[in-house]
Formats: sequence, structure tokens, C-alpha cells
Amino acid sequence: MDHLQYKVVVGLEIHVQLCTKSKMFCSCAVEFGQPPNSRVCPVCLGMPGVLPVMNKQALEYAVLVGLALNCEIAAFTKWDRKSYYYPDLPKNYQISQYDLPLSAGGFIEIPLESGKSKTIRIIRAHLEEDAGKNLHTAGNFSQVDLNRAGTPLLEIVTEPDMNTAAEVRALAVELQRMVRYLGVSEADMQKGHMRFEPNVNLIIAKDGIEYRTPIVEIKNLNSFRALEKSIDYEVSRQIDEFFETGKTLETGTKSTRGWDDVKEVTVLQREKEDAPDYRYFPDPDLVPVQLSKEWLEEIKSRLCELPIHKQLRFVNEYGLNDYDAGVLTADRSTAEYFEQVVAQGGDAKRACNIITQDLLKLANEKGCTVVGLRIPANHIAQLCKMVVMGVASATAATTITTIMSGSPDKPPEVIARERNLIQKSDVGELEAVVDQVLAENPKAVEDVTSGGKKSSKACGFLLGQVMQKTKGQANPKVVSEILAKKLE
Amino acid sequence: MPEKIDQTQVKKVAKLSRLELTEEEVQQFTVQLSAILDYVEKLSELDTEGVEPLAHCLPISNVFRQDEIRESLGTEKTLANAPQRDGEFFKVPKILDDSSWA
Ligand SMILES: [Zn+2]
Repeated sequence: MDHLQYKVVVGLEIHVQLCTKSKMFCSCAVEFGQPPNSRVCPVCLGMPGVLPVMNKQALEYAVLVGLALNCEIAAFTKWDRKSYYYPDLPKNYQISQYDLPLSAGGFIEIPLESGKSKTIRIIRAHLEEDAGKNLHTAGNFSQVDLNRAGTPLLEIVTEPDMNTAAEVRALAVELQRMVRYLGVSEADMQKGHMRFEPNVNLIIAKDGIEYRTPIVEIKNLNSFRALEKSIDYEVSRQIDEFFETGKTLETGTKSTRGWDDVKEVTVLQREKEDAPDYRYFPDPDLVPVQLSKEWLEEIKSRLCELPIHKQLRFVNEYGLNDYDAGVLTADRSTAEYFEQVVAQGGDAKRACNIITQDLLKLANEKGCTVVGLRIPANHIAQLCKMVVMGVASATAATTITTIMSGSPDKPPEVIARERNLIQKSDVGELEAVVDQVLAENPKAVEDVTSGGKKSSKACGFLLGQVMQKTKGQANPKVVSEILAKKLE
Repeated sequence: MPEKIDQTQVKKVAKLSRLELTEEEVQQFTVQLSAILDYVEKLSELDTEGVEPLAHCLPISNVFRQDEIRESLGTEKTLANAPQRDGEFFKVPKILDDSSWA
């Protein structure tokens, strides 16, 4: 195709597991990796005669996310039963929200690579219970573990406002950062805390006419990488299919495809002739929720600065580049730690370098966060000052932070002194060393003063001699200046 | 009086409920369900202009529990009534059309 013009259209459905201690309608613990069927009670087992009771924390967490997504929060919501016929929810229905979701009509801003942001509209966000897990065996049966059944889930549905796989990934990452900032979900992809179902189709321009390809819903996505790759794959697959079959949204059918993580392809699961009939009806076991103004205000007061706003502020207020600001704001406690260092007098750019280059590396090695290294913020502020004043080189700072991570209470000056890491910047003292080096190396001096090819090499040699004589403690910037003055 | 519901609809509802009905039962339920719908129809004689739809039959709302953990049944009791088990799991017929969450 010479001038194939097409536009990708993606809407996303995201399920986020909320980090409550107990399940949504019973007091069983929400705990990953427990023995199968050990966190189960008559309520989540769907025994007759039991009565579910709503977890207040789950509702408040969901409202908090709704607010962060700029949604309208419903003053009145209720619970509905959605028919479900798989053994991982033994009641044969899922408790969900149908016509009165607790939040609707919002938007989320996502950062784009250009440093700009894009607004994606949110249709709704509602609460529902998770199912258990079906495990497929080699034999002619399946195994069911109900530990996860009844875990609170927030289902978020976006408008089809995303136009590239990268945008979809950006939304997923932004949402992960947001729910972690709000403290409502661990959002650990490996534990299935976030699951994505994108709806993908294309608008193809051919011979002056616009064609829409049939919508495909992709399932089984449990990583950002799979999310992005599956959309890229679908785009090329739908282009091929359109030119092969000519099927469009109007003439084709909506289908569900699963993502094969090994072969990196989507595989047809089923085609839906008509919309599934879930036969929703209000759950008579659960009473509605009325959210008073006071209660809503109280929840609102728990909102924090959202990560994308923090990132933007770090660029504007501290002069950091967008990439560094993104690294610092990826985790809320790290971003707050950075601001504490700055508040204690640390230069913002130095603080950013030390945190993103040294501390993050140390934290990753230890498997903790930057704050988890337990180095007081004022010590990092001091270290920043030492680097700015030339008392410590950037290399020395790396050594000092490594030692600090082992003994967090030791101030950087003490470490620098103990390890002879203090950089000499005293002009008088260094001048004496320079004079000595110049006297010992007349050949190099001549090479420099006569100019020409050998000049810069000889200059570097002299600098190296000074560094050697000072055991690497001379401030190279100051030495260069002295050398330049003496040899001009 | 024409039936409120026909056999195709009864078969569809049965399918949605994963119920296997004999032809006899389909006929029987078509008559019965139609009678039920006729009965419910009586309600539409009432004037409901300006009446909010009822979400729940009790005039209460906001019944919550605190987010506290209580002891669960444990694997053995959980599986006690299971028709079949496989170790610590419920054993169920193989799931073919897996659009569940697993
Ligand atoms: Zn339970």
C-alpha cells in the first residue's frame, strides 16, 4: 500500500484490585499466595442463607479514585447481580454495579513522550467483586481456588480516545502511579492487581471513503508490555484482514481475542453475534449507599497531589528535565523525599542526580524504596552542598551514598573525612603542587606553551600528575584553572 | 388471549440459565410464565407518574462493616461439601470456553 491512511482507535477497560485487608462483602483476608481455598467463608462460597455486608474501606477507596479521575460521584448507588456461569464464582452471579455506578463522566491526563499531556475521557468507574481462579490441569477437569473470590475490584472504562499503543501504555502506567499515590492499590502487575481489556479497531481511508474495522476485545493481558504489543499486533492484523475480507464494523462481528505471550499474537476466542445478556437486577441482599456531602468532603480531603501534576511542577519549579521528573515521581515517597532534601537546602539538580543515579540503584539492589534506605534527608542535603562547594566530587558522592546505605546515621562529612574523600579546592595549596609538577616536567610544559597538536595531550598529562600527587583529591576544575593561568 | 411469552423465549431464558428442558417442559413453562406475566401486568394499572424506581424494598441505606479480618473456614471445611476435590482444590468439569477471569 502506498498511501495507506488509517487511525487506531482504542478504548480501555481496566480492573484494579483495591488493597483492603478483607474482602468486599465478608471478613476473609485478601492475601496473595496463601494455600488454595484457605481464605474462604460461607459468604464468598455462596452458601444459601448468608448475608453479604459491604466493606466501608473498599467504597471509600473507590470514591477516592473516582475523584482523582475527575468523575461525578453519585450521591446514591446500589448493587446489582450480574449472571455469571463459571465455577470461580459459585453464587452464579457477580455483585457489581449496573445502572447507578458510583462514579461516571471523568477524565485522566496522561503524559506523552513529547512532554505534553493528553486527556482521555472516563466513562465510568464502579465497584465489583473479583472471581476466584480456574486452573487448568492436564487431566479432563479444572481446579478451582476461591481465595480471590470476593476481592474488591474497581472497573474503570475509558472512552475510545487513545490512538496509539504507546498512549494506551501511558494510560496504564499513569493509572498505576495514581492508585499507588492514593494508597488504594499495590497495583502489582505480577500479582494480577491490574488487568487490561482494550477494545481496538481502525478507521481506514480508502478511495476517499472511511471504513471502520470490526471491534476486537483483547483478553489475558497482565503486563504493560503485553498491552502495548497486543495492540500493535492487532493493528497490522486488522489492516490485513480488511484488505482480505473487506469486513467492516457494519458487516462483520465483534470478537474477543486472547493474547499469546509466547508467540506474541492474538488468537480468536469467540465472535459475538449479539450483546451478552447478563440479566442484571438489584441485589436484594445489599442495601443502597447514600453518600452525604460531608462524607464526600471528608474523602476528598484525603486526595493528594496527583503524580502527573507533581511531575509537571518538578519541571517548572526545580528546572528538572521531564525524564528526571518522571523518574522521581514514579513513586510518591521518593518524590516526597526529594522535596525534603531540597527543603533542607539541597540543590535540586544535585539532589535529583544523587537520588536517581545513586540512591535508586542502591534501593533496587536492596529490594526497597529510596526511603527504605533510611538515610536522613538532611544528610543527602549536606552531601548536595558538599558537591556544589567542590568538597566532594560526583564520584566521591557515589562512594559516600554507598557507605551511607550501610550506615544510614553517619553524616556525609564524617564519611568523607574517614575515607579521605574530601576534595581539595584551596587555590593556594593546589598552586604549590602545580608549581612542583611544572618544575618536574619541562618537556610537557614546552609542548603546551608552543601550542600545536601535542598541546592538549600534554595539558591532560600535567593535570594527571597533579591528581596523582594529591591522591586524586584535588578538585580537577580548580587545577585546570590554575594550569591554564600559569601556562597561557 | 395471546400468550405473553413464546417457546423461543422460554428456550432462550433456559439457555441463559444453563437449564436443559424437555419439549414438554418448554410447553408447560410457556403457559406458566405467561400466566405470571399476566398477573404482574396488573401492576401497570397503577399510576406511577413521578414515582422514583425502588432500588431496595427496605427504607434503609449505608450498612457497612469495618475492614477487619476474621478467621475463614480453612481449606478442609471449605471443601467439605464439594462434590469432588483434587487436593486442596475444587474439582470441576473442564472449562472449555474460558472467558472467566483466570
Ligand atoms: Zn469470605
